[in-house]
Amino acid sequence: MATVHVENIKKTYEKGTVTALENVSFDVKSGELFGLIGPDGAGKTSLFRVLTTLLLPDEGQAQVAGFDVVKDFWEIRRIVGYMPGKFSLYQDLSIEENLNFFATVFNTTLAKNYHLIEEIYVQIEPFKKRLAGKLSGGMKQKLALCCALIHEPKVLFLDEPTTGVDPVSRKEFWDMLDRLKSRGITIVVSTPYMDEASRCDRIALIQKGKILELDTLDKILGRYTQNLYAVDADNRYQLMKDLRMPAEIESSFAFGEEQHVTLRTQENGERYLTNYLTERGHTSITVRPILPNIEDTFIKLMLENQ
Amino acid sequence: MKTFLAFITKEFRHVLRDKRSLLILLGLPIVMMILFGFALSSEVKNSNVAVLDYAQDDASHLLIDRINQSQYFSVQQYLHSEAEIERVFRQGKVRLVVIFPQNFQEDLLHTNHVQVRLIGDASDPNTSNIVVNYASNIFRDYQNELSDNKKLPYSIETETRMLYNPQLKSSYNFVPGVMTLILMLLGAMMTSVSIVKEKEMGTMEILLVSPMRPLLVVLSKAVPYMVLCFIDVIIILLLAVFLLGMPIRGSLLLLLAESLLFIITTLSLGLLVSTIVDSQQTAMFLSLVGFLMPALVFSGFMFPIENMPLPLQIISNIVPTKWYYSIVRAIMVKGLGFSYVIKQTLILVGMTVFFLGVAIRKFKIRLA
Repeated sequence: MATVHVENIKKTYEKGTVTALENVSFDVKSGELFGLIGPDGAGKTSLFRVLTTLLLPDEGQAQVAGFDVVKDFWEIRRIVGYMPGKFSLYQDLSIEENLNFFATVFNTTLAKNYHLIEEIYVQIEPFKKRLAGKLSGGMKQKLALCCALIHEPKVLFLDEPTTGVDPVSRKEFWDMLDRLKSRGITIVVSTPYMDEASRCDRIALIQKGKILELDTLDKILGRYTQNLYAVDADNRYQLMKDLRMPAEIESSFAFGEEQHVTLRTQENGERYLTNYLTERGHTSITVRPILPNIEDTFIKLMLENQ
Repeated sequence: MKTFLAFITKEFRHVLRDKRSLLILLGLPIVMMILFGFALSSEVKNSNVAVLDYAQDDASHLLIDRINQSQYFSVQQYLHSEAEIERVFRQGKVRLVVIFPQNFQEDLLHTNHVQVRLIGDASDPNTSNIVVNYASNIFRDYQNELSDNKKLPYSIETETRMLYNPQLKSSYNFVPGVMTLILMLLGAMMTSVSIVKEKEMGTMEILLVSPMRPLLVVLSKAVPYMVLCFIDVIIILLLAVFLLGMPIRGSLLLLLAESLLFIITTLSLGLLVSTIVDSQQTAMFLSLVGFLMPALVFSGFMFPIENMPLPLQIISNIVPTKWYYSIVRAIMVKGLGFSYVIKQTLILVGMTVFFLGVAIRKFKIRLA
């Protein structure tokens, strides 16, 4: 059964001149950890706001836990937990005061639902008297998650919970989401970090208000075999410039220490690239064929959709 | 109810932890009362006077002494020619020049008629008017003393009594004025700013995605400010009574009740602003320009409404401060009962209902 059902949702701003979401449809299964992956401005936040009843869609319909986001918005507001993209707790209240306040807002108490947030809360409990505005990015997100969880929501909407958080805290955060999932909470999470896609059961790649691809990460990766090579040489700047020139080369992106290059022709890519770069006077050239990761796939999809 | 209480606790924490707004909330009334009470007095005291005495006789000396002794004047210098008059006014040293003609006493006693010239500095018209009046009174008193023994053929004696405020103390005017201004400013500005702050900080987004009725959110935000404004009323009244010695002639309970009503009016105005505006800066600007200015101009506190052209008089009716100001004056200064302020009270109630109604209708249960 689909806990979140989205059907042809369209959302525009500024009297229809700016399109944020265009015919977006997908289902999130009960107990699933579903990831919305896309760059800034892809429409992730708009989608979250439609699903949390904060915005009305222009067209289409959506249900959360069987309730319609337009008609039954009071029911939805009672059963979902929402963590907006921007840190949205009271900066001048302490950790404890924030939690107690949000517990009361949802007609419960910290004591009653302590077990729900215990695992996360113990990490920030030593600082419970500290004002939320004075917390580090990671602690802020943990507190926000606690506040979103305090009323035992059926569905959790997390809008870019790991943006601006250090890599260690990011990993911890995803570990926590795994544990929440094991308790049966359906989680919809968005992120601009492609590497986090592997932590989701299924992902939707979203760009410019459209869903480009939706499946498990492995299936999406398997679907797009690319003629992809990782290329490196001594003079990286010259390398970048040179790789942009030939018509043979479909795309070339800097990726960590290397350039990821795709070729239009399938044959002998390795030799072609080595010869070309030697011709251009490069030294210590390495070229090796690689399997595309999610970022390569996203870039490919993005180029195809332009 | 528990949620409501949690909200109010939270709101008090916000206010108490924000030292700046706390200072404004509690410091502003004190500062304004002290400023108006001691510094910005519209009473004219100790005006400097210059005297040009051509007579130099007993009567003129006696009158100069009287002028000097009065609390309104101090004789600053003696002039010797008319040419000097222009000079002292130019230097701005004196507000008034008194000129006694030659043979002042003789003419007064023998011809029963003499002219004294009073020259005021009308670059400040109100003050010079007051100063000239005070001086004329001194001469009139002297004349009455002289004519006590003689019967004048025709004489109209005006016996003036200044009701409600016989000493013409300016505190009777500004205490209600300060109360009106403070409540208008703080009530409308603080509520609107604090609600808009929730929008700006994004916390409204979370509150909206909760079972809490948005209206309750907003109303519970208004309660702490209602309490704080009420504390301000009490501070102002305490300062008025104990520092400025101004009595509260009417019922204190009625005054407090009417104040509470006006606080609710300003809070609902603040709510209305918060539903329209999206940034704290705009809310503050709108409150200052949109509310404080009309409150100053149209309450009757600084400028008499009767003197305004008709269109402005009509506009003044839609400014809530005008009605509250008149209520406070009626109760505090004149000691009138409820039956005398029913009309104003009803108008305030009507305005409150209107503001609240529009605010509720405009209130968004979603983000856009």
